[in-house]
Amino acid sequence: MENTKLLKLKNNRFFESYKTQISTFIALIILCIILTFLTDKFFTGKNLISVLRQSSINSILAAGMTFVIISGGIDLSVGAIVALSTAIMGDLVVNTGINPFLGMFIALVLGVASGAIQGLIIAKVKIPPFIVTLGGMTIWRGIALEYVDGSNVYGLPDQLKWLGGGDVFGLPAPVLVAMLVYLASWFLLKKTKFGTYTYAIGGNEVAARLSGISIAKVQILIYSFCGLLCGISGILIAGRINATSAVVGTGYELDAIAAVAIGGTSMSGGKGIIWGTLLGALVMGVIRNGLNLMRVSPYYQQIIIGIVIVGAVSIDAIRRNKK
Amino acid sequence: MKEKTVNIGDVIFEMENVTKKFPGVVALDNIQFNLKAGEVHVLLGENGAGKSTLIKTMTGAHKPTEGTIKVNGEVVHIEDPIHAQELGIGAVYQEFNLVPFLDVAQNVFLGKEPKKNGVIDREYMIKRTKEVLNMVGSDIDPTVMVESLGVASQQMVEIAKALNADSKILILDEPSAVLTEKEINKLFEVIERLVKKGVGVVYISHRLEEINVIADRVTVLRDGQYIETVKVEKNNIDKNELVRLMVGRQLDDFFPKHDVVPGEEILRVENLSTHKLLKNISFSLKQGEILGIGGLVGAGRTELVKAIFGAEPADSGKIVVKGKEVTIRTPKEGILNRIGLAPEDRKLEGLVQILEIDKNINMASLDKVSNGPFINEQKFNSVAADMSEKLKVKTPSLKQLVCNLSGGNQQKVVLSKWLACESEILILDEPTRGIDVGAKVEVYSLMNDLAKAGKAIIMVSSELPELIAMSDRILVMHEGSISGELKKGDYSQEKILKLAAGEA
Repeated sequence: MENTKLLKLKNNRFFESYKTQISTFIALIILCIILTFLTDKFFTGKNLISVLRQSSINSILAAGMTFVIISGGIDLSVGAIVALSTAIMGDLVVNTGINPFLGMFIALVLGVASGAIQGLIIAKVKIPPFIVTLGGMTIWRGIALEYVDGSNVYGLPDQLKWLGGGDVFGLPAPVLVAMLVYLASWFLLKKTKFGTYTYAIGGNEVAARLSGISIAKVQILIYSFCGLLCGISGILIAGRINATSAVVGTGYELDAIAAVAIGGTSMSGGKGIIWGTLLGALVMGVIRNGLNLMRVSPYYQQIIIGIVIVGAVSIDAIRRNKK
Repeated sequence: MKEKTVNIGDVIFEMENVTKKFPGVVALDNIQFNLKAGEVHVLLGENGAGKSTLIKTMTGAHKPTEGTIKVNGEVVHIEDPIHAQELGIGAVYQEFNLVPFLDVAQNVFLGKEPKKNGVIDREYMIKRTKEVLNMVGSDIDPTVMVESLGVASQQMVEIAKALNADSKILILDEPSAVLTEKEINKLFEVIERLVKKGVGVVYISHRLEEINVIADRVTVLRDGQYIETVKVEKNNIDKNELVRLMVGRQLDDFFPKHDVVPGEEILRVENLSTHKLLKNISFSLKQGEILGIGGLVGAGRTELVKAIFGAEPADSGKIVVKGKEVTIRTPKEGILNRIGLAPEDRKLEGLVQILEIDKNINMASLDKVSNGPFINEQKFNSVAADMSEKLKVKTPSLKQLVCNLSGGNQQKVVLSKWLACESEILILDEPTRGIDVGAKVEVYSLMNDLAKAGKAIIMVSSELPELIAMSDRILVMHEGSISGELKKGDYSQEKILKLAAGEA
């Protein structure tokens, strides 16, 4: 009896471990099929590409959020860091006239720096990430607004515009960037010490520390990485709307958290895979797109997205509790 | 339900042919079990034998797939824990179900707050809590916060809570695991008191010593199967027989200690002190030696080993490794000096339970299997495979999550972790706590093998037989300092206890 039990475990491990993600994937497929029947436009190459483009920013932010949440934390400052990096970059590039590539570099540095500062405070002062990033959320946006004095910048150079609107063999640049981000994230989580430590800290911080892991270093890296992805998103947004503003990105952190949750990552840390988050972001993108095509009012859309978030996590929880 | 008078000796709870199946597993297979009023019935079995499933079936947390359950002779279908409580079945689990920031009375009445004129009748609550605490011979103040109580007192509050719910059947799940020797004796007094009043106690334990003192009958489970119910004579149980029933084979020797000729001195500690507790601790340790550290809970044993490892660095004193004075302020520095710590609490401190076995094994030595930040998967896998094979970790796959392993196997994963980073000084804090008998012997054998291979071992243990049998030398601690050192051939339980109490 013991042997058959063990055998069964072995065969089922893949499905057992990725159950949530597999069902999210199936849900995504079903959703696409339904929308194909309900609307004429959904299943067209042009629309599908546009779903990907619309999902790219949230996907990228959610990838960073996945690291944070796996490590047992949360980052509420994501939207604000996006605004900080995009607004200052736009001002420097358009109003001061610096080289656009230098501007992009500055956006990335701003993202990493604000993330690192938060990580440092979380790790060294030992304040819950919720509080630190809640504070960060208003501080970063405050700095951004103050810096540009609340005004917007229009008309960006071509290099930036290309990143937002250009394409390679038909694939929009932001989608390509998102794909790279996901490959890199997968690699980091699965193939590096940093990734393993991220899971370890979220799974059991004490045991991780007693294994000689420097918790502070890993935490600072995690929040910096999340900040870096905010910087990248800031650049892409600027390119796409051909403008920068200190008020973009409001609520982006919540979309990112939602994608992570739908993707099956445990909110208490230690568990999750990056592809789940990608699926989560795509589910949200497809639903938004479908509702737009069906001309559902934005108010209803909010309600529906909310139901999907709670529903997806509930189904998962109910199934787990049954066991 | 109609009230029946129950006399001592009446069967108050019965399980007939109870089977519980989970998908792919038969957790309980045709179990026979009954409990009489006024007896202590011990459930004995290794981890995974089905003890917890059996309890959960009693308390309504699981429903049996087949079979009948009777309470006071009547067939019942226990719906959920609340229903179980109404039937007079109360349980005290290893992990307490108390709310730390409520007071004792509020905890005892949690969910059943008495009302008077629509508001909570605080006066009655306190009065009644005092009564039930009296029943267990405890004088805890009902108005203190549970959080401020020690473990033993919290356990009393749990028992009082069960009694307040009018439990006639009291299930105690390894109650002694968290208690000191003294507290255990107190607990036994309480149990005897309750038994005399006609309460039937189901007592779960691994410790044969305790069964000797407390049990009237013992039911042995193995691999989910009912093995046998034995009536036992107090203070005269046949330990070997019980172990044989439990593991299904004879264990000739509990403690297969091999003597190793100690080698060079590998660790010396001089005047290690902390502001909080430790006072001028000095000792030395040789290769191949197993140094036992005895003492009561709170004597500073865990603090001492954590100071040596760097988890809670000392405030003053010297640590000398292989003749060189070293600074150890963090676990990382401890590891660099080839020290490994297997902490007391595997769940909270030892392993990342929700990660795979191979990751846990490599956790402290990822540097060794990585090129810069990148993990070399081949090396990673081969270290995990080597170590788990060497230490005989039983698992279908190294990708299994650690939380699915038994306590004994988890301890082997902890040891694998330290061997993977080539630790030469292994500190084992309560190495066999919560591990079943069969696996204990395996851990002892491993300790022998490690000592033979020249590793130096420090073993902190509260189990005197283990301490005496496995140590080459014993240090006893009392209130933060070493109260005595005993040489092999010179130990006895009495001597250790006296030193631990600071009386020698």
